[in-house]
Amino acid sequence: MTMAVTYRYIGKVIPRRDGPDIVTGQSAFLNDLKFRDLLYGKVLRSPHPHALIKSIDTWKAEQVKGVKAIITYETVPDWKSGNPPIHLLDKKVRYVGDAVALVAAETEAIADQATRLIEVEYEVLPAVFDDYEAMKPGAPQLYDDLPGNLLPLGLSPTWANEIVMGDVEKGFAEADAIVDGSFGYDNIPNPIPMESPAAVALWKEPDMVTVWVSNHKIWGAKRILSAIFGDKVQVRIIGGACGGSYGSKSVSWQVQCYAAALSKATGQPVKVSFSKEEHLASFVLRPATRLDAKIGMKKDGTVTAIAGSWLMGTGYYSITTQIQVSVGCGEAMIAVQCKNWNLKPTIICTNRNASGIVRGFGGQELKCALIPLLSLAMEKLSLDPFDVLKKNFVKPGDGYFWRDAIWYNYRGIDYSRAMDEGASVFGWKQKWKGWLKPTSVKGTKRIGIGVGVHGNADVGEDMSEAYVRIDNDGRVVIGSGLAEHGTGQVSNVLKVVAEVLQLPLEAISITPGDTLVTPIEWGPAGSRGTYAILSAVISAADDAKKKLFELAAPMLDASSPEDLETADSMIWLRSDPKKRVHWKQVLNLRNVMGNGRFEPDYTLANCMISFVELQVDTETGKVDLLRVVNATDAGQVIDPHGLEGQFNGCLGSAGIDSAIFEETILDPTTGYMLNANLIDYKWRTSAELPVIENVVLETPIDSHCFHALGVGEITTSPGPSAVLMAASNAIGQWLYEYPVTPERILQALGKSTEKKKGGVL
Amino acid sequence: MNEIKSSSANVEERRYISLTVNDQQYQLEAGTGAGKVDPSDTLSFTLRDTLGLTGTKVSCDGGACGGCTVHMDGQAVLSCMLLTIECDGKAFTTIEGLKNPRTGKLDPLQQSFIDHTAFQCGFCTPGMIMSAKALLNENPSATEEEVKEALSGNFCRCISHYQVVRAVMAVSGKGR
Repeated sequence: MTMAVTYRYIGKVIPRRDGPDIVTGQSAFLNDLKFRDLLYGKVLRSPHPHALIKSIDTWKAEQVKGVKAIITYETVPDWKSGNPPIHLLDKKVRYVGDAVALVAAETEAIADQATRLIEVEYEVLPAVFDDYEAMKPGAPQLYDDLPGNLLPLGLSPTWANEIVMGDVEKGFAEADAIVDGSFGYDNIPNPIPMESPAAVALWKEPDMVTVWVSNHKIWGAKRILSAIFGDKVQVRIIGGACGGSYGSKSVSWQVQCYAAALSKATGQPVKVSFSKEEHLASFVLRPATRLDAKIGMKKDGTVTAIAGSWLMGTGYYSITTQIQVSVGCGEAMIAVQCKNWNLKPTIICTNRNASGIVRGFGGQELKCALIPLLSLAMEKLSLDPFDVLKKNFVKPGDGYFWRDAIWYNYRGIDYSRAMDEGASVFGWKQKWKGWLKPTSVKGTKRIGIGVGVHGNADVGEDMSEAYVRIDNDGRVVIGSGLAEHGTGQVSNVLKVVAEVLQLPLEAISITPGDTLVTPIEWGPAGSRGTYAILSAVISAADDAKKKLFELAAPMLDASSPEDLETADSMIWLRSDPKKRVHWKQVLNLRNVMGNGRFEPDYTLANCMISFVELQVDTETGKVDLLRVVNATDAGQVIDPHGLEGQFNGCLGSAGIDSAIFEETILDPTTGYMLNANLIDYKWRTSAELPVIENVVLETPIDSHCFHALGVGEITTSPGPSAVLMAASNAIGQWLYEYPVTPERILQALGKSTEKKKGGVL
Repeated sequence: MNEIKSSSANVEERRYISLTVNDQQYQLEAGTGAGKVDPSDTLSFTLRDTLGLTGTKVSCDGGACGGCTVHMDGQAVLSCMLLTIECDGKAFTTIEGLKNPRTGKLDPLQQSFIDHTAFQCGFCTPGMIMSAKALLNENPSATEEEVKEALSGNFCRCISHYQVVRAVMAVSGKGR
């Protein structure tokens, strides 16, 4: 679609501002920073999945030359976080890898040696790894105050803790087909950003702490750490280049607090940087999901009722699982406009590493089970899944309950056109042969296709602020609390301000990610960068321009500042362009400062539909992803290369590949993670890339003046259920578990007797 | 960084490791302490911590991810899997050494990465570039399949691969 508006920067390929640093190795990730008198912190971790610490003897470790501090649960500050809050170090350990003691030393090698010399006597307790077992009477209890290992839902009673609306019995009565089933997405894949979680802290007594972080949400870190340390402590967070997150590093309070506690104890800066093994075994995973539900559907694809229970396994504690449940419920309603719901979530603790934030944030987890369940109904009614998913996706005039349990009337666009365009590029209608039918069979090779969809109203979540300062030399400084984590958000902020002020990009700088100098910014999450973050920046630039025009108006005899225009640092009278003045003359010895703020808005939602084509070898059970077509409508593309990158990201970071080979394997007898390294944890290499085609329409969306909406977060989400559908179609049998490993395929084909469930052997 | 501390210790007992990194010569004393090479030091540790060349990124530190790829005598190697004491007399190029030292101009491959936005978070990028550069040094007209194969040891979770392959192919066949 051709746009009426032509922009100078928006929608154009502009090299990333940080590109030269990235390609020359000058980008400063956390481990690249230099500090004077830096100490290295290490964590002693539990070998038991569940145990009480009877005694800790640190004497031998303290004798090692170069050891500066050792902290145990007996000496650690009373710091807690999570939902409900857990201690930074506790007398009880709850998974293999739980923190037992912290050591700071002059070198990493000394710190490592000292952790090995700490003598710990444990009273080993029975452990539970299975979510259903954990709920049974008599199951080992992780927390005294959480009977049945059940976690309270919602951050407070005002949050959405379920979907209950309409009358499900009436809905089932109206249905032409009713199905009952259970699907799990419980292989707990790990997003594994390449840069492991790390932090450096410098605690200056009595109450000032600066933390250099490896995550992308500096104001989020400040908020969390301030709550942990208490009001008296002044927290400053400094973020730099972030080597990937995919959501996972959003909450990194433990690694940050390990460094802060050790710095508090030593008076020196302390770095704690997880090894890759620690990253995999002791940092966050996707939550595990299982949906047991009943679905009613009409012959025309109308979903008449959804009733059932949604189990979320969160591991040994919850960081944000309650919020993921709330958002996941909302996202289910966006994708499936059904009038009658009774969906009851449960969050359960077990003795494994904790689940946390990963792209898809609850919605991907629920969708991976809900779409297969809907598919059972579609099969009964011989309905094409593309038609059903398109029909049921939210449209203007529809609505949904969002995470705050408030009903929002959707005021966005109809995504049907983008879905149709995606289907057309993929060739869906030509390829679809019906349920459990391969599109082609050649010997042992069977081709199957599948489709999945996802949408999220967090595009407008939470608050953003920004300032735009026009300096008297004519240059512009943007104040924004961003740390670049790969989406190109920082470069897009520069681009947008250059567009509003019509300046060369070179004239614009942005503050470093430092809470001391930037306004509050929730940070990149939930695809909110394009709408929420840019809205604040646009408002700030507009405000600065307005103030500049107010100063210039009298100089140009303008009756109103609104009669003025500007480009390339010149201001002129619209009615008489010869009357002009340079910014420098207007500003003289003055700067102008514009401020912008974005307030949460949940009335818009993005959309991604993914079509996949894969090949199953019925002899080996191997599944090869051949082709992916992603389609969306972005309103207006801001950054074509950045958008393509986000689309291609659909494979990695616990996305589509979490349906094919990515999984975390726990030993059910010891609780050890058996593949906590980058050799045994499977990841896609460049030698096995499927064809990806991305379809992007640009129908103006009522967001901000550029009519754009972000989609980055959700690109991982529609793919996994599409893979399950495609593999089921290829082999002619329903598959109920992720990932579709060779063992599962062969088992479904009756060629293997090996039993394997979810992420547990 | 590369200065050698003189001390009154018996000169005969000292051992030195000679490395050439980005055309600069370093003589590092074997031993324990700042600026020295401990027998357990990996090359990636020596490059980053002893020589301050932090452009080489370490992720898995176990030979799986390709993030720490550098060139040893022109060949791509994983610097986390080499012990520095075994690298005596070897010549290395790191990401910092790809620019033209006289003009400061970026290598065409580096420029192509910028032009194609062949990165997202950028953590894997130095390793990707060094792997691709080693391939092009050996095979200046590499095909797309050869590029994909050469980069198959480089982990990237953002999935920059597609744009990386495009960036490398834009340079492949152009010669120098």
